[in-house]
Formats: sequence, structure tokens, C-alpha cells
Amino acid sequence: MPLRVGIVGVGYSGFDSMTPGLSTRELMFEAASRAYEDAGIDPRKDVQSFICCTEDFWEGISITDEYMPDQLGAVLKPLCTISSDGIVGLATACMHIMSGIADVAVVESHSKISDVLNPDEISSFALDPIYNHHVNADPRFVAGMEMTRYLKDTGTKRDHCAQVAVKNKKNALLNPRGVHGANLDKRAVLSSKVAASPLTELESSKTIDGSIVFVLASAQKAKKLGDHTVSISGIGWSSDTPWIEDRDMAKAVYVEQSAARAYKMAGIRNPTTYFDLAEVDDTYSYKELQSLEALKLAGKGKAGKMVESGTFDRDGRLPVNASGGSLGVGHLLEATGLHRVLEAVLQLRGQAGRLQIPRVKKAVVQSWRGIPTATGAAAVLGN
Amino acid sequence: MNMSQKITSYPGHEITPEDVREGKYLDVVYKFEPKYSWAAGVAISRFLAELKEGRIIARKCMRCERILVPPRMYCEQCFRPTDEWIQVKDTGTVNTYSISHVGTDARRLKTPILVAVVDLDRATPGMGILHNLGEVEPSKIKVGMKVKAVWKSSSERQGAITDIRYFKPIGD
Amino acid sequence: MKNRVAIVGAGMTLFRRRMLESPKELSFEATRMALDSAGLELKDIQSVVSGSAPDAFDGMHMKGEYLLDGTGGIGKPNQRVYVGGGTGVFTPIGGWWNVASGMYDTCLCVAEEKMSPLHPHPQYAFWSIFDQILERPLGTTLLWIFSLEMRRYMHKYGIKEEEIASVAVKNKGNAVDHPCAQLGAKITVEDVMNSEPICWPVKRLDVSPPSDGAAAVVLASEKVAKKLTDQPVWLDGVGWTLDSTHWTNRDLAYPEYVEKAAWMAYKMAGIKKPRKEIDIAEVYDPFDYKELHHMEGLQLAGKGEAPQMAVDGVTQRDGDLPVCPSGGLLGVGNPIAAAGMMKICEVFWQLRGEAGKRQVKKDARTGLAQAWGDLMQVGTVAVMRS
Repeated sequence: MPLRVGIVGVGYSGFDSMTPGLSTRELMFEAASRAYEDAGIDPRKDVQSFICCTEDFWEGISITDEYMPDQLGAVLKPLCTISSDGIVGLATACMHIMSGIADVAVVESHSKISDVLNPDEISSFALDPIYNHHVNADPRFVAGMEMTRYLKDTGTKRDHCAQVAVKNKKNALLNPRGVHGANLDKRAVLSSKVAASPLTELESSKTIDGSIVFVLASAQKAKKLGDHTVSISGIGWSSDTPWIEDRDMAKAVYVEQSAARAYKMAGIRNPTTYFDLAEVDDTYSYKELQSLEALKLAGKGKAGKMVESGTFDRDGRLPVNASGGSLGVGHLLEATGLHRVLEAVLQLRGQAGRLQIPRVKKAVVQSWRGIPTATGAAAVLGN
Repeated sequence: MNMSQKITSYPGHEITPEDVREGKYLDVVYKFEPKYSWAAGVAISRFLAELKEGRIIARKCMRCERILVPPRMYCEQCFRPTDEWIQVKDTGTVNTYSISHVGTDARRLKTPILVAVVDLDRATPGMGILHNLGEVEPSKIKVGMKVKAVWKSSSERQGAITDIRYFKPIGD
Repeated sequence: MKNRVAIVGAGMTLFRRRMLESPKELSFEATRMALDSAGLELKDIQSVVSGSAPDAFDGMHMKGEYLLDGTGGIGKPNQRVYVGGGTGVFTPIGGWWNVASGMYDTCLCVAEEKMSPLHPHPQYAFWSIFDQILERPLGTTLLWIFSLEMRRYMHKYGIKEEEIASVAVKNKGNAVDHPCAQLGAKITVEDVMNSEPICWPVKRLDVSPPSDGAAAVVLASEKVAKKLTDQPVWLDGVGWTLDSTHWTNRDLAYPEYVEKAAWMAYKMAGIKKPRKEIDIAEVYDPFDYKELHHMEGLQLAGKGEAPQMAVDGVTQRDGDLPVCPSGGLLGVGNPIAAAGMMKICEVFWQLRGEAGKRQVKKDARTGLAQAWGDLMQVGTVAVMRS
């Protein structure tokens, strides 16, 4: 089934370690205002559906959709929460457009992590309350276990993971949104504090504040809006089992499934050579390698060697996280997927400034919801 | 065969209060303690600062000409930034009220709490805030009754909604 | 619209104050029953939509992820949709867009709520729905906004508490015939009036109980539905709307958000005169006055006129417009999201003539289910046809 939906506007705010001067709602208003200006629309007249991707405990509010309509221009309009990553929000908007209930739909997601004083308490609260919650440890112990299994099964070297952090943090130095950019070497990464063995602190992305808003339109409507439409030609999302113990920890099964659906929709048979750019999950260093393999952008166990040889560098054959990704820019909770889409859209429009990669026509983006989930999404973008 | 015929019973097992008392089933107890420090933002920071001074501040949108309280930096109807700060009065009208006999955890209270939405004078009609009523017999409260804020003393005020103790009736 | 969408199976668990089953197990039971009734297996399902209200009830972060094996979502595209109390009716709406868009041919929609884990009382979760700076310091409870709205509604139209109480009498009475009901009972208006005031004008018997439970339906595209059953129930209209966060700035006497949601659904279903064209309605009734308030928003009664319809018996099972023939939240119980889905199940069974002792007298061809939620703020509406 062909997908014909255009991204016609994008806006963002924040991208800082903390945003103490603004409330969540004010942060969202800034991002929304910019997105609507970018798309050339009036949200009070032109939008038929608004979608927010949030989870209650990140906000400290039960039923967070209560606090969403006003600052998005959505009062007395269809608005809903999808409790998932922002790319699943984009998928929802695509379905609203394809089912004919909306010509124009808006997707928002944000992180106001600086309002949360003990985020680990919240992450841990997502572990199974009976079987897993008693593990009284930094929730990244799940990542540590996954990484161990991934390294063992694929023969990927410890150094390869560190190289991901080196590459992404370096890329972020060119990105005005990059909060955690740095010029480091592998030794610095590997000798930083251990977060959850073998994972180190410099291999773990750090959370930041920000709000991102996208305006999507049907292909027909997109022709009338602006001249820099980026099309979504495939999108998929999936979940592996919630039982951590039951998963094949070496593989990102949810990425394989998401990508298979997105590629099929976009009619892509050889993803390995199809794309000019990839913005993929790098919440933790090994996640980028594991995700690239699941996306079929690298053969099984090959991603590590490819990152080592520079294939995924900004000037390599397939730039991966040229923006700096989550390791370099920062992690935005459920808005992380939208951040990856944002970076890809700016590249496809040729508006990426110092980050710009020449001749980007096709991009793949992919996200993961974080510990302890095995849920993610992928999308194929082009201009 | 229709569906109802296929359904012979509805699934599930009830746990009765007796079962709980007898300790018949196990549970896992956990006290979840997320901690937050919410940024109040531009509008509410100013609102709280004004409460500390014993004043109630609103924002005005020049396009729809509404005076909004609680204040916000954007007008949700026009979707544009609001334009100016306007002080509204600490008097108003009871839009609706209730007599609450239970607390937040559903436990019964000894003395009921009197709750009201108070439409504040000088704000656009219908612009109310949630607060408590005091110095009034529950049976004497009426929709449409005029009320005035009773403030904590200036030394007690902290820049919080509770800097107003409650609203009390005033003559017409 | 690309695809017409049908409901082809439904299932639900018992609704009780406290259930033995875990949230996953409750979801599984309702899901299994819905699949069985449709004659399907999980492998036949292409996507899943789950619905559940605040994580604070069941007591875990990212509840939709935790529930995945119970809701049949492993290895499938899964969306957890969420609009507070409106979630139950919104869950099949989420399924509707999965199928109507042409993205998937079959979608499983599961709503679950287990409120009993939260101590000392599930009500406590509702404290955190209020504005953390302006409202929570006042010691808010959910009951406040209901009682404030009820009082305003009574004031504006001169409605008596006794008229409102007749809704509780009807719904708890209807629930006696529901095999899953938690609080089915034959009571009188006097019983309601004499029950203890908890947040006047709201009294104990004006309110639905906290509950545990789950309910599910299976949706299919027209092509698939016609192979599965000769009695599909079409989901012909869906609508939802959110009003402003600032509930104290609004006219509490009339739910404009319900009206907007209803017209979105009616237009889609080609309904022009709802009062004439809707045969039965499962209107959201967490409190008895809410059923009346919502009937007006749904255009099933003029403003301020719903109470008289209730008193005159129009909304009884044998009346001209049966409302909440299931027994509603007041009678069957209120596991938040599952309660809204129970209403979808009820309309499904009624339109197929499978509601047993609850079957309405009239020949019902078009039905409606509606839910409400948030800070007196969201309306979700589904129009269904046999």
C-alpha cells in the first residue's frame, strides 16, 4: 500500500540541559508557533488532528493530554495522546490523513526532563513490578546485559562501540542543537565511569529539554503548502516481548520488524545501498550498531567494523547520525524519534547549515523507546 | 450460532474484602516516589509573585480583547502571544460551588471543605479560578454570591495559590 | 475514507472492586474472548491498539508496554491511545484509523484498567490530574470538578437532585441483567437522596465505583468482515474533541466538546437528526448527572431537557431512546478505559440482537457509544450500525 504524506512544517524549542524560564506549555508554544510559521498554516483553521506523544510520569501529571490543547492551537479540536515515541505519532498522523479525516495533522512531543528530580525512579517503575523491580540498580543494567550479549553473539569489539560515541559527539560539535558535543578519543570513552558494565558513561546519552512539532499534510494539500515538502514513503513500528528475559538480547527484533514494514511500504528491496543518510537510535553506543544491523544497513556483526573504517562518518558512504544523534545532541525522551526526523528533514531540505551533507535525497530514521522496552519505529523519508 | 450462545461465562475471579483480611492472595508492595521541580514558566511565575504582594494578575489578548486569568503568555483562541499584564480585583462571583466531605485519598473529613469556582471582577466574564470559601455557613452559599479574597498576612505569603486563604461573602 | 470498518467480535471480563487477575491477565481474558467470538486467532490480527487511563492506577510507568503480552501486541504494530476517561471509546477509534486508512485489515482493540493496586484509594491518582501549581495545593479531588459541574448544570436549568437521581436508579436496575456487573441493584430515588453526601450535590449513589476489568473488540475491513460474519456491526462514525485546559474559564453547564465530537461522528456517518436516527445510546455515566449532561451535548436532548426525558421513562430499555441499557458505569462498574469499551461491546451486542435479558424492546439499527474525560474536557463518540 503506497503512502503519500508530506512533512510541510517543523519547529522546535529548547535543546538545552535545562529550560528553567519556561513551563512545558510555554516551551511547546514556541515550537508550535515556529512549525506553523514554517508550514504557513493557521492551526485554528487549517488543522484537523493534533497528536502528542507523552507518558504521564515524565510530566508528573496524570492524563497529560489535559495540558496540551491550548499551546498547540488545538482547543475544541481532535487531539489525543499516543503513549509512544514520536515516530509512532507521525504514523498516527499518516493514518488520520489516509483515512480522510484530516488534510493537515500536527504531531508534538517533548522532554522537560529538567523538571524531574529522580528520573531513575521513574524508569525503574517501568520494570515488571513482580519479577524485575526488586533489582535495585541503575535501570541501565538492562542495557549492560543487552550489550554483553550483542558483543558476544556478533563478535563486535568493545572499541567499535566506543567509536560510535567518538563519532557522534564529534558530529554534534557542528550542530547548533548539540548539547553534548565533544572531541574525544576512544580511550577517553572507554575509561569514563562504568554505567552498567560494559557500558560507560560517555557511551550513554544524556537527557535534555526540548519540544518538537511537525505539520503533516496529504500529498494534494502539501502541493499548496510551501516548497520544501519532505515525503514519508514508508513507516513501521513494532514491539518485542515485554519480558526482558525472553528477548533475543543480541538483536533489535522490533527494529527488524519496523523496518521490514516501512521498506515494504516504500517499495525498497535493497536498503543497504538505498539511503544517503541515516539517523538511528544511539541512546547507548552499541544500540547504533545493533540498530544498523536490524535496519539491514550493515550485515550481521558487520556494523562495528564499518564504523571503525569510517563508513558511517559524515564523509563516509552512509553518514549515520551526522547530526550527533542522542549521544552528541542529547536524549529527548519520547521526542527522540522526532529529533531524528527533524535532523533528516533539515538535511533533505538542504537547510542543515554547517551540518549539511551534499546530495541527500533519501533518508531512513529509526527510534527506540528506551529501557525497559523493546519498542521502536522506523520511517523512510525523501524529497 | 450467534455470539451470545458461544459465550457461556465471563472470565475473571473476584477478590473479596474477606479474602484480603485472611491473606488469601499475595501482593507486592512498593512506594513509588517520583520527585519533580516544575518550572512555573513566565506567566505563572509572575502570577505567583503578584500573589505574594496580595494582588491577582491577568494577561490580556488584544485581538479577542479577553482578560485571561490564570494568566498565560498565549491566547488559546487566537493562537498568538498575549499582550499585556492587567491587575484584576480580588473580588468576584461564585460561578458554582460544592461541599466536599472527603479528602484527596477519599477519606472522610471531620469538617467539610467548601469549594468554588470564583469568576473574578475585571477579568472577562466567566474567567474563574478554583478556590475555597470560608466564613460562611454551607447552607447559605449561593451561585451568584459576591465574594472577596481573604489573604494571609504579608509575612506569611510565599508566592503560592494558598496565599489566599479562601474567599468570603461580601454584601451585594 | 478508504475502508469501511466493522466490529466482528467482542469480549469482556467481570468488573469488580478487586480482581485476582493481573493487568496482563485481565487484558488476555477479554482479548481471548473477543478473538473467540470472531472466530479468529492472534495470527490473523495485523495490528493492536490498547487503551488504559493513568499509569498511576495499575502502578507502573509505560503501562502500554507492560501489557503487551496480554493485549496480543508482541511482534505487531501497537499503539496505546490515551485521552483520560474518554480512552475506552477512543480505543476502537484508534483501531478505526488503523483499518480505515488501509494500513491494516484487522485490528485488535483492548482496554484495561486495574484500579485496586493504588493505596489507600484509587481516588488518590486523580489528585495528580490537577494543575500542580494552581490547584493541587488546595487539596483537590476528582469529586470536586464533578460536583462543581453538577451544581452549575442544576443552577442553569433549574434541575432537581431527584431528577438526576432517576438516572442512577435506571442504570443500577439495568445492570441487574448484566452478567459482569459490579453494582446491579433495584434501588429508589429516595435511596439515592438518602445516601451520604460525599461532595454535595454528589451523594454516594450518584457515583460509579472504582473497578478492575478489561474489555476488547476486533475490527476488520469490509472485505475481511464479510468473510467472517453475516452480522458485522459497522463503525460508521467516529469523533473526538478536547477543550481548553482552563476548565474554570468554561461554561460548565454545557459540554461543547461533546457536541463537537458528536458532529464529527454524525457527519461521517451521514446522520443529520441524531434524536431521530439514533436508536440506542451508551452515554458516559460515571456520575448520574453526566448521562443527562452528555445527552444534551450529543444532541439527543435539548439543553436542560434531558432530566425530563429520564423522569418520563424515555431512556428506559423499553423507552423510545434507551440510554445505557447495559447498566452503564453506575451499574456495571467503572474500570476507566474498560468501562468505555464495555459500552462499545454493549452496542455491538444490542445491534446484533444478542444482548439477552438486556435486549432493548425496539428494533435497534443505529447505536452510539460515548465517553468523556480529562478536566471536563474531552468527548469521544462512536456511531455503529447493524
